[in-house]
Amino acid sequence: MSRFDWLSELIARCEEEHILFHGGSARELAPAHVLHIDIEDWGKFAVMAAEQQTRWCAVWAVQQDEETLLMNACFEKQGDYLVIRAPLDIHSPVLPSQAPVFPAANRPERHSQDMFGVMFGNHPDSRRWIRHQAWDEEIFPLRKDIRMAHSDQVAPADTYYPFFQAQGSGVYEIPVGPVHAGIIEPGHFRFQAVGETILNLEERLGYVHKGIEKIAEGRDAEGLAKLAGRISGDTTVAHTWCACMAMERAANVAVPRRGIYLRALLAERERVANHLGDIGAICNDVGFAFANSQFSRLREIWQRTQSVIFKHRLLMDTIVPGGVKVDLSSQQCETLSQQHAVIKTELNELMAILNDHASLEDRLVSAGHLSHELATKLGVVGYLAKASGVDYDLRRDHAYAPYDRMNIDSPCYQQGDVATRLQVRADEIIHSLILMDTLLQQLPDGDIANTWKPPVAICEGLGMVEAWRGEIISYVQFDATGKISRFYARDPSWLNWPALEQLIDGNIVPDFPVCNKSVNGSYSGHDL
Amino acid sequence: MLRLFNKIRKTGMVTETIAVDSDLQALGIEVKSVINKRFAGSFAIRAVDSGSCNACELEIHALNNAFYDIERFGVHFVASPRHADALLVTGPVSQHMAQAVLDVWEATPEPKWLLAMGDCAVDGGEFAGSYAVMGGIAKILKPDVIIPGCPPTPEVILKAILGLLHNT
Repeated sequence: MSRFDWLSELIARCEEEHILFHGGSARELAPAHVLHIDIEDWGKFAVMAAEQQTRWCAVWAVQQDEETLLMNACFEKQGDYLVIRAPLDIHSPVLPSQAPVFPAANRPERHSQDMFGVMFGNHPDSRRWIRHQAWDEEIFPLRKDIRMAHSDQVAPADTYYPFFQAQGSGVYEIPVGPVHAGIIEPGHFRFQAVGETILNLEERLGYVHKGIEKIAEGRDAEGLAKLAGRISGDTTVAHTWCACMAMERAANVAVPRRGIYLRALLAERERVANHLGDIGAICNDVGFAFANSQFSRLREIWQRTQSVIFKHRLLMDTIVPGGVKVDLSSQQCETLSQQHAVIKTELNELMAILNDHASLEDRLVSAGHLSHELATKLGVVGYLAKASGVDYDLRRDHAYAPYDRMNIDSPCYQQGDVATRLQVRADEIIHSLILMDTLLQQLPDGDIANTWKPPVAICEGLGMVEAWRGEIISYVQFDATGKISRFYARDPSWLNWPALEQLIDGNIVPDFPVCNKSVNGSYSGHDL
Repeated sequence: MLRLFNKIRKTGMVTETIAVDSDLQALGIEVKSVINKRFAGSFAIRAVDSGSCNACELEIHALNNAFYDIERFGVHFVASPRHADALLVTGPVSQHMAQAVLDVWEATPEPKWLLAMGDCAVDGGEFAGSYAVMGGIAKILKPDVIIPGCPPTPEVILKAILGLLHNT
């Protein structure tokens, strides 16, 4: 299959619809292809992109000067990425929304609305999203002329957010959060229910907004890598890798082959750690404590090895711009290989018990069903997509090094329920263990990092990584002094959170925790 | 079902058989005696995420795994602040969570203690100075114990709880 063989057809269709292109480039944000269009065509282009069955990935703005915002939207098809760009006058920042054709664009556009003050004309739901009450409606934190001062004043709670209402005999409302009963991140869920049955769920996020995009500005490469590692603590490796990938592409810094292999090893370890923990937690949410205690035991063994070999239980700050920080001795490689074998044996043993357990099956099978049609329409990613028949994995379909030289086996099922999402995770653990064995066997000799050279002219780069939750996209722009002037990271949770609202419909309220856990969106990764 | 029991039998008690845990064991027993003396065998903690990146939460979860098994010492995590003796706060206190954290503290009955866990809760950590965070729990409430680390390891968290119990 040749790369981008769908692009010429999309361009031809756009030209038929009189969408004007002001040049295109394969280099500007390589490996993505860039097309420049007029801002008036922003919505019309989305219609064409939907017609060609592309998947909507991201939208972000970059302030070019005092007058102009450069709007970016990213689409994917068959593992190839397309970025469309259009300048927008900051004094009349109105553009057509892409949300009417791509539901995935709904919240990301509202994020741009709150942070940059751009207005999406025909947006189906223009309520505030990331903004609560900490700053005024007329203040747009990411504009360059806005100096967002730190304040010691406690902001009022966002009490009057206009939630969706349902009325009728027997309909009642359950507000949950932001502080939840478990040891999890904060967010608000508003249920409308009739008896036990959920009629509607509305999510309200943004509680853990930390201003990451703003405080990224002015940092050097190392500082950004550290910050990216704290976007979502459970995804520290993948977020750091993605940010570093974007920075390295921008500054044209190569990573030595050994460093690349070690990055992949770390990313696969992170995948396994999270999947192990979550399989146990999903079972725990239906009262099957045996699985939780067994899987959390395996996770702990896994983390302890990381602590000894990589000096951090969660692998934070192991990836740095230009490479990685920790090297492996041949003896350590041997230790890791042995652990892969142990985990594989234990996992197979445990999955046989889980699959054999009728009461577990009773709770997990058919719970939280997400149809293939809905998964495609919402553009979900990662295990959520793979359990609903959407067969996409960047490591295989947008093969980046070192995965481009490997055989990537990615699970895909059709059932789309909690049980299937659990199965996808178990399969992914096995595939990751095999991958890690290959990485260790083929681990090239040489340096683990190249010296970082700060860029001396304005430059930009885009990174894409398959994290354990699915695709991350990071955009980085450097100024002429080698400091970050814009950073945007789109966590997979942006695309997966909306699916939870849909897949919970018709389920009973007590099944919400297990359905939520089976999706496991990141709050911090989403709220930025 | 037989396989399940067999797996439990084969796994054994990881809590006791791990050699590196001997130190922790002594520590845990010490925690237990203090708890028995002052809290009638039960010390309830409510974890509150004030805007953390979730790494601290993962390590709190680890406290409940079979290796650390914090509940055997009488320390347990509860679902409501109304059941809690102490709040364990993570995160730099985002502006959007600040009022909620104050409300949770208000809902916790006296006597109560406050533990600040992780570099973010201590002084804002990586997010210090941001417009969107208060920059540590001390900006709104006075912590009794601070537990630095990004994130602190389960051992460190357990030691901090011991420290709190000795000081009370």
